[in-house]
Amino acid sequence: MALFFVVIATLLSASCADPSNKLDTIKIGLILELTGDMPAVGASSRNAAELAVSEMNSAGGIVINGKPQQIELIIEDNASKADQSVAAANKLISQDSVIAIVGPNASLGAIPAAEIAEYNKTLLITPWSTNPKTTLDTTSGKPKSFVFRACYTDPFEGRVLARFVIEKLGAKKAAVLYDVASEAPKSQAEVFRQTFAELGGQIVAFETYTTGDRDFSAQLTKIKSAGPDIIFLPAYYNDVGLIAQQARRGGIDQPLIGSDAWSSPELIKLSEGAVEGDYFANHYATDIATPNAKKFIAAYTMKYGNTPDDVAALTYDAIGILFEALKKSPTLDRKVVRDAMATISDYSGVTGDIKFIPGSGDPVKSAVIMQIKGDKFVWVMNATP
Amino acid sequence: MSEEVVYWLQQTLNALQLGSIYALIALGYTMVYGILAMINFAHGDVFMIGAFFCFLLSSKLGLSFVPTMLFTIIGTTLLGVLIERLAYKPLRQAPRVSAIITALGVGLFLENFTLALAPYPKHIPMLLETVTWNLNGISLSSIQVVIISLSLALMLLLDYFVHHTPIGMAMRAISWDKTYVPLMGIPVDLIISITFAIGAGLAGAAGTLYALAYPVIDPYMGVMVGWKAFICAVVGGIGNIRGAMVGAFILGGLEIMVVAFFPSTYRDFVAFTLLILLIIIRPHGILGKPRIQKV
Repeated sequence: MALFFVVIATLLSASCADPSNKLDTIKIGLILELTGDMPAVGASSRNAAELAVSEMNSAGGIVINGKPQQIELIIEDNASKADQSVAAANKLISQDSVIAIVGPNASLGAIPAAEIAEYNKTLLITPWSTNPKTTLDTTSGKPKSFVFRACYTDPFEGRVLARFVIEKLGAKKAAVLYDVASEAPKSQAEVFRQTFAELGGQIVAFETYTTGDRDFSAQLTKIKSAGPDIIFLPAYYNDVGLIAQQARRGGIDQPLIGSDAWSSPELIKLSEGAVEGDYFANHYATDIATPNAKKFIAAYTMKYGNTPDDVAALTYDAIGILFEALKKSPTLDRKVVRDAMATISDYSGVTGDIKFIPGSGDPVKSAVIMQIKGDKFVWVMNATP
Repeated sequence: MSEEVVYWLQQTLNALQLGSIYALIALGYTMVYGILAMINFAHGDVFMIGAFFCFLLSSKLGLSFVPTMLFTIIGTTLLGVLIERLAYKPLRQAPRVSAIITALGVGLFLENFTLALAPYPKHIPMLLETVTWNLNGISLSSIQVVIISLSLALMLLLDYFVHHTPIGMAMRAISWDKTYVPLMGIPVDLIISITFAIGAGLAGAAGTLYALAYPVIDPYMGVMVGWKAFICAVVGGIGNIRGAMVGAFILGGLEIMVVAFFPSTYRDFVAFTLLILLIIIRPHGILGKPRIQKV
């Protein structure tokens, strides 16, 4: 009997050969919101990542220590949840032995995953997470060493939007409605409230809801009776649809102002006209694309049949920067790659130039303001820091 | 009309809409408890399946509102009868706990079955053209009118059915005392199936109306709504149909009023706390009669 088990065990261990000897590939882990509340975000991100990797692989891969190596993507789904982000990060780091992780996109998953990456001294770059906490140590508040992002942060976005509504829309009174259980909307709401007041505006309503809520009638009625000029709604695309519809049905005609969380093309489908004419902040715009961006947009559209949104563009840039760091690394060591990443001085990406602030994982990026017209996002103006 | 009054009336409309949907679901819980002394924990998930039927009919088959609603109701009615025959009938003589566990199991089955087929939340296309009327500052949307009026119509229909028809009388008789009812020539099994059918049909109607108001559905949407509807039934007096309706509008009203006064995060917390207090003060519910257990 014991002999039987010994034989089985030997066979099993022989078949699980040491993964690093199997193929000489560079393993990059991806944590994406493929299921759950925001599958459109994960799908966009995955498409862009696969495009970037296939382009690099057809060009011969990345040369490490004289040997060209192909890139292998290992994709994990975090179901748009924080706990699964942690599990995915752990699996990628310890079981799959990835050299770096890209993602998660939404801050609610990026923040916990970043904790795991930092603890395990593994490089993590998030394409889309804007909450400042992702790259900051939770206890000391100092920047993490191993976590980077390809996008701007909430404080910047909140300032941009507050300025926009006051200067360009002439708003004096604003109402805010946000998901108190989600990291990015929460921090964006706080920053907006602060900046709007600093710039002389008055916040007349500051309402909340929880992830998963469907009925917003009470909050919207409260907001309506406060008489705001605009309503700041930093929600993800799946919530915006419901809230906007209920708002319009409730007789609320004021413009809704969104954050970059609005940016999925799914938003227009889900809102069925309720967000027509509304504005939101974004990371890039196809109508003012640079030559770099135009190349990416063409390649993406040809491969997938639709224009890439900002999640796709940022993911493409995040992987692009990671490739740069890998190219500059003499060995496939996580610390070495991390150091290479931190010293990248000027990466010309699809979403603009990416240069990390010294000592921090955050880049200095510009934002764009977009408006929804028909079924398109139209560029309105740029907002530089 | 002063601003205050407008605000209150608007919030009342919101409460009526929410309460109507809770009422349709609560009725299913209360009727089944009335005749079988069993809490059908799968009922919230039947509501969820109703919403998914609505999605399939409108999105995949392109049906308009009325056919969608009709076929959804037919679909959930059949589902309710099926569940009763397959899962609950064999356990009529078993201890109460077995039936409850089975109900929970059926619920889990429905949730995970739907999850396997639809892992992402689904969006339902607009079923009705939305028109918003402005009455002296109060916004009334056609959706609200449809939900409130259809629910009230169904509730009145049910009330009439239960109190003024022979089958309804049979249902009430069974809920009084099941043992002697067969002696009166009443086919107990048939009446029980009819009760489940009606309850499930109402849940299907609730699912369609819910989809009309909040057009995003996911496999777990029935869980919270189901629990809330169950609480409505208990607060109103479990087993009492009019009680279920009263309880539903109380909970709907509480939820809306809490958000009207407190930060919206406290919505469920305060609403449930008040309900706990209500039950402590009056354990048999608002319209329930204290039942003395004869030993």
